Amino acid sequence: MNFSEVFKQSNQLCKVSPDGKYLATCVQYRLVVRDVGTLQILQLYTCLDQISHMDWSSDSLFILCAMYKRGLVQVWSLEQPDWHCKIDEGSIGLVSSRWSPDGRHILNTTEFHLRVTVWSLCTKAVSYIKYPKACQKGIDFSRDGCYMALAERRDCKDFVSVFVCDDWHLLRHFETETQDLAGLEWSPNGCVLAVWDSCLEYKVLLYSLDGRLLSTYSAYEWSLGVKSVTWSPSSQFLAIGSYDEKVRILNHITWKKITQFEHPATISNTKAVVYKEVVKRPAVGSDDLSLHNITIGTTLFNTQSKYEICPTPVQLPVVKPDPDRANPKIGVSTVAFSSDSRYLATKNDNMANVVWVWDMQKMSLEAVLEQTSAVRCLQWDPRRPRLAVCTGNTKLYLWSPAGCVSVQVPTEGGFQVQSLNWHCSGDSLILLGKEQLCLCYMDHDQEDK
Amino acid sequence: MGEWWTTVPIGSSIGNYEISSISHVTMSPSRQNNHVSSLPLSRTSYNVISAFCTEDNMPQCISYINQELDSLGLCSTRTCIEASSPGGATINTVPAVNAMYEIMQIHRRNMCNLEELEKEQLKTSSNLDHIQMNNSRLKDQLELSIREKSGLHETERQLQLKIKTLQSCLKTEKDEVQKLQSIIASRASQYSHDAKRKEREAAKLRERLSQLLVDRKDKKLAMDVLNSLGRSDGKRSHWKTTKTTASHEGEMYKSLLNDYEASQRSLVLENAELKKVLQQMKKEMIHILSPRPASTRGAASDDSRDQAESDGEEKAGESNRETLDQSCEQAREHLTNSIRQQWRKLRNHMEMLDSQASQVQNQLESDKEVVPRDTHEDEMERMRREVQQCKEFIHAQQQLLQQQLNTSFDDETAVLLNDCYTLEEKERLKEEWRLFEEQKRNFERERKNFTDAAIRLGREKKAFEEDRASWLKNQFLNMTPFTDRRRCSSSDGQSALSIRSEPEMRISSTKSQLAKSSTYATFSTPKPTKSATVPSTTELYRTLRLIPDSSSSRQSKRGCWQESSTIEDGDLRVKSNNRIRCGDLSIFSLGGDENSLT
Repeated sequence: MNFSEVFKQSNQLCKVSPDGKYLATCVQYRLVVRDVGTLQILQLYTCLDQISHMDWSSDSLFILCAMYKRGLVQVWSLEQPDWHCKIDEGSIGLVSSRWSPDGRHILNTTEFHLRVTVWSLCTKAVSYIKYPKACQKGIDFSRDGCYMALAERRDCKDFVSVFVCDDWHLLRHFETETQDLAGLEWSPNGCVLAVWDSCLEYKVLLYSLDGRLLSTYSAYEWSLGVKSVTWSPSSQFLAIGSYDEKVRILNHITWKKITQFEHPATISNTKAVVYKEVVKRPAVGSDDLSLHNITIGTTLFNTQSKYEICPTPVQLPVVKPDPDRANPKIGVSTVAFSSDSRYLATKNDNMANVVWVWDMQKMSLEAVLEQTSAVRCLQWDPRRPRLAVCTGNTKLYLWSPAGCVSVQVPTEGGFQVQSLNWHCSGDSLILLGKEQLCLCYMDHDQEDK
Repeated sequence: MGEWWTTVPIGSSIGNYEISSISHVTMSPSRQNNHVSSLPLSRTSYNVISAFCTEDNMPQCISYINQELDSLGLCSTRTCIEASSPGGATINTVPAVNAMYEIMQIHRRNMCNLEELEKEQLKTSSNLDHIQMNNSRLKDQLELSIREKSGLHETERQLQLKIKTLQSCLKTEKDEVQKLQSIIASRASQYSHDAKRKEREAAKLRERLSQLLVDRKDKKLAMDVLNSLGRSDGKRSHWKTTKTTASHEGEMYKSLLNDYEASQRSLVLENAELKKVLQQMKKEMIHILSPRPASTRGAASDDSRDQAESDGEEKAGESNRETLDQSCEQAREHLTNSIRQQWRKLRNHMEMLDSQASQVQNQLESDKEVVPRDTHEDEMERMRREVQQCKEFIHAQQQLLQQQLNTSFDDETAVLLNDCYTLEEKERLKEEWRLFEEQKRNFERERKNFTDAAIRLGREKKAFEEDRASWLKNQFLNMTPFTDRRRCSSSDGQSALSIRSEPEMRISSTKSQLAKSSTYATFSTPKPTKSATVPSTTELYRTLRLIPDSSSSRQSKRGCWQESSTIEDGDLRVKSNNRIRCGDLSIFSLGGDENSLT
């Protein structure tokens, strides 16, 4: 495993182009585009203000930089560096900006969710979509880029509009049976739309592309409900994480529950492997405490850690949430399928140090990773069943069915991994610190060479 | 009253003392006066006896006494005491004495009665005391319980009061709850109403805001593009027409249809796969079940019926195979039904096997001893016979010797020779005896070896049975359609044979032999039949040969044979020993057989 040198970035804005060739990073008001292989700067763009959002177009030709405070969006072309485009939302404000799947339209959500403005880069045409709902996930494009589902709120009722992205034609508009719609998501095959209610009510609705209600699922009543919803890449399963610390898996034929994964504080399942991160502080001798060591710095403060396999039953640390506060830290907030739909990684918020990996073939617990600190981010390798985890310290953790490893990021100045992103080839990993970034190349790469 | 009561028995009814007091009561009034008057009289008479009768008033006294006596009914018919002379002061003594006596009697009786009555009274008084005490105690108790009762009453009253208050409390609480619920409901409705109102207001505001913003013709609101881009797909954009909407619809339905088709295809595929598995399972089941009835030689009616059934099933299976592709309802039902049937049969078969196995286990335990014992006993019998023969030979020899001796005695000329002969004979006999002893020892050893071998054979046979059972089981388990049958039968079967698994199934030797041959025929697995057959005697000997001990003993035996033969050669000259030699030969015929077999 190799690591690149450290680069600057701000706002954790750092993205690899969809074709995997370029790496765009934002530093204050500058946008830097690098070649992923050599890490040499290819282009450097200067925006009008500090960039708050940045995104690649689907064809990797354009980069969108949004400056929400100013209500501005600037678009840069990689092929024609002198081409420029500036969209000003004016006094109406801007809270969110995104590309349409074709990479020729920009969808801006205005302040107070007054409307969604669709700007065409081809025709300079502007179209408005009114009544967008301010919620967890109000807009979703289907995987093939054909359709867009938008949650709307009119007359205190929830609606879903399905648009054809090609010409923004309204294909379907239907009312949903929700009290307060919280989010929607297309199945990866683009034929089923999952819609879920806010946490006050456990309700998941499944709509066909043509607006027919396929099924309704509710596990229980009178308690805080859905916290996260994720489709498996095969569209076969719908995983619903909820406030009762369980993940329920629905099947795609009957839309009934196949199984539910519980997150108990004591793991007694003997088939699951429990990896516990053990911190080993380096023994500091009196002669080690020289000025030299301290100035060199990082190694002194960095602690070694490794995984130990604990024999079951294992007691996991649980934090009891404050019941009087809203949005209690309990329940499954993160549910992620591996790219081959074989594994499912989950995180239960009142056991923030623990990552659970489930085997979707056996429908059972495969592994448990008990970290020393709270898990910040976890992401699956887009090519292999390999899970990368970071906990806001100087280490990167990787899990695969073969085992679990903890890697120290060998950079100076205490690079703390706050977030991570896989390169689409699965060969490298972008680690994001607070103001820095660093690329991590997997061993696999070298083996291939 | 008590006083009166005590006086009552003084009357004549001494014997009727036990008569109820009521009868006394009825009698009493007439007598009361008498007694009252008589008692003080009698008492005073002791004290003033002298004062009662004096010289002067003798007759009066007498008459008085007479009267008294009369009244007492002592001398009712005649005057008891009469003045012997009316004028004199003498009394007729005999009646007086009689009267006296009677009076004394009466007196004594009365005294007795009195004593008894006193005792009785004591008793009753103590009784009375006791009862009184009891009474007082009970009274105390009563009082206590009354007090308790009142206390309980009080507490009950209090509790009831409490209940009442609690009930009222409950009522108020319930009311409260209801009120709160209604409040909550009203609040909820109010809240939702407010929320809606707020939302509407917000919507209105948003509307207004957007309108205002739009109306103001926000100059800033603009897009500044150097030159517009081409579409990502390179096409030009279309006009929005009804045609395009229709095409969008079509597109959508097409994608939906595609998805459904894909899912249907996958389902069909899965279905076909499952059907295939089902079919295969069925085939395997038929396969497993069909050879069984043939193998079981005990042609029970059950088996024959099974066979017929399975034949029918086979036919049905074939027909099913034909109809498999036309996945019509009926065929499917047929298939599932037949599978179910087969499965049931299989289960029965398995259960039967199970019971058989348990039976066989018991049988084997007995068999293990019985089977070798038969042959063992045969052998023993033969050996015994041979020993008997040997003994007979010895006897005959002795007789012959005697005869010879006798004849030699008869022959006078051979007296000298006789001595030599006898000596020689003795020597020879001794030699013979030694030989015989050795043979006997050899026999013993051989017998021991034989028994050992027989036991070993039995053990081996048992092990083989176990192996076979486990192999059969493995074979059966490997017959499942999910694993490659051939692979399993070759690899797993072997491993099952090599690793001796727990004997779960044991089948009796004879039965297994037949069943085994048939199953091997069907599953075409090679070797391990050889060691399983029932051992013939030759094989038995062969196994005997395999034992190192036996071979060494055999060698020694061979040596014996040679020895004996040499001796016999020597004996050939002696005519009289011919028979012995013959006997020896017959004895060693067994050994000869062995040699030829090796």
